[in-house]
Amino acid sequence: MSVVNVRHAAVGYDGREILHDVSFEVGPGEVVAILGANGSGKSTLIRTILGLTPLTRGEIDLFGTPQRKFRDWARIGYVPQRLGAGSGVPATVGEVVASGRLARRGIFRMPRVADKTAVRDALTDVGLLDRINDPVTTLSGGQQQRTLIARALAGKPDLLVLDEPTAGVDAASQEAFAAALGRFQSTGGSILLVAHELGPLRPLIDRAVVVHEGRIAHVGPPPEPAGHHAEPDHDHVHPHAVQQANGICVAPTDRIPAN
Amino acid sequence: MMRALMGALIIGLAAPALGIYLVQRRLSLIGDGIGHVALTGVGVGLLLNQSPVISAVIVAAIGAVGVELIRERGRTSGDLALALLFYGGIAGGVVLVALSDDASSNSLVQYLFGSLITTSPEDIAVIAVLGAAVIVAMVAFRPALFAVCNDEEYARVSGLPVRALNILMAVTTAVTVTIAMRTVGLLLVSALMVIPVAAAQQVTRGFRTTMAAAMAIGLVAAGVGVVVSAEADTPPGATTVILALAVFVAITVGAAGWRIVRRRAHPPHEVEPPDVVLQEVR
Repeated sequence: MSVVNVRHAAVGYDGREILHDVSFEVGPGEVVAILGANGSGKSTLIRTILGLTPLTRGEIDLFGTPQRKFRDWARIGYVPQRLGAGSGVPATVGEVVASGRLARRGIFRMPRVADKTAVRDALTDVGLLDRINDPVTTLSGGQQQRTLIARALAGKPDLLVLDEPTAGVDAASQEAFAAALGRFQSTGGSILLVAHELGPLRPLIDRAVVVHEGRIAHVGPPPEPAGHHAEPDHDHVHPHAVQQANGICVAPTDRIPAN
Repeated sequence: MMRALMGALIIGLAAPALGIYLVQRRLSLIGDGIGHVALTGVGVGLLLNQSPVISAVIVAAIGAVGVELIRERGRTSGDLALALLFYGGIAGGVVLVALSDDASSNSLVQYLFGSLITTSPEDIAVIAVLGAAVIVAMVAFRPALFAVCNDEEYARVSGLPVRALNILMAVTTAVTVTIAMRTVGLLLVSALMVIPVAAAQQVTRGFRTTMAAAMAIGLVAAGVGVVVSAEADTPPGATTVILALAVFVAITVGAAGWRIVRRRAHPPHEVEPPDVVLQEVR
């Protein structure tokens, strides 16, 4: 039985179709990377799998159950691209990671010893246990990303879904996080991640699904980087927002952000 | 006086307990808007010769759930819809109060700015029961409400009943606004939800401690506010809000001073290495 099974999925917003006829699956214990340029629809694909964006056509099964009927969300650990913008109300690393236990324990039960242990274990796994009582806003971008992984791991999921986990993350955090994902996989977990570039995650990947213009362009081993991405000293830095220049400018198509 | 104090203390605890979630999701002014809508409820109550507290709770709850449904759809026109709702609420209230038997401008001011002295024992009973319910709900569901306010999409993927929790928060906002209208008044309700939280977060590090500190600040401001207003013969609502603001200023200045002192004593020595390859600027 596959962990995620997408069949002929189509997704659109406001009448404009973004994904057309996408099919692929993630097997138990498998690590699948969805690759593609910005705006190719790869983030939309995982948002659809998670039920955050509705399907227009096609079917998605999670752990063998049609997504509409799927209720066992504790089996899925979601790692969003970044921590929501802070509102000023402080929250500690421990409090954020503890949110990851809610799917398992439900909203009516108070946290137990097992919940606290799971939070500490998850933070140990990403190397942030010493920051458990610090406000998340005092952490670096990479450490915040590791906090989000710990939050997902705290729920002891069978499948991790990560949206651009390495975007804008320092090298030390990328390594810490590749190691944590490796340990998760070695205990039988499946991983589905969206990436622009694989970096230190490359050795973990069993299969790559390349999305191009809303369709699947390649399924198989991770393709080699092309063009200037392949240069050995290529420092892959993408600005989060493309600056608006006056007059005519030609932007490389892989830098046009989604939406 | 004792009744007035009791009502104020309950609100002092309940308003920040709810307010922290509103501040966290950047809805600091929602209490104010719901207050406008509650005025229509007051008008309905006075017109029908029923308890204005009960009718205000019902109308404000309907308004708050409506606001939540608009927010959930996330359309840009939501902002405009809110404005229509709020001004409709206050205009409806003013008209309905004028139509009722109790049509003095005095009664309107009572609800807009609070009037503890005219609070009846029945009103206090309603305030006590509803206030306790708000406090229990906000404290008991803290982990779930925190998760929803902190990252709504994550909460949804966790399978949490996000819509039910949002509606719980909307109804709680309506209840808090309405029970607080007798103490601080509909126009100042929001202040008691937001200012104690703003003051507490200057010095706290976590969500739980911020909530506890905000509730303590709210309790003290409301209690002292009622006593001072009785002594100085000032309106209790406004006095309480000014006291809460004074606490905010004192904590902010104190925290800034403490940081300066600490920085002098322990100058920062650790600098994290840059995450980028540094190149010489030519």
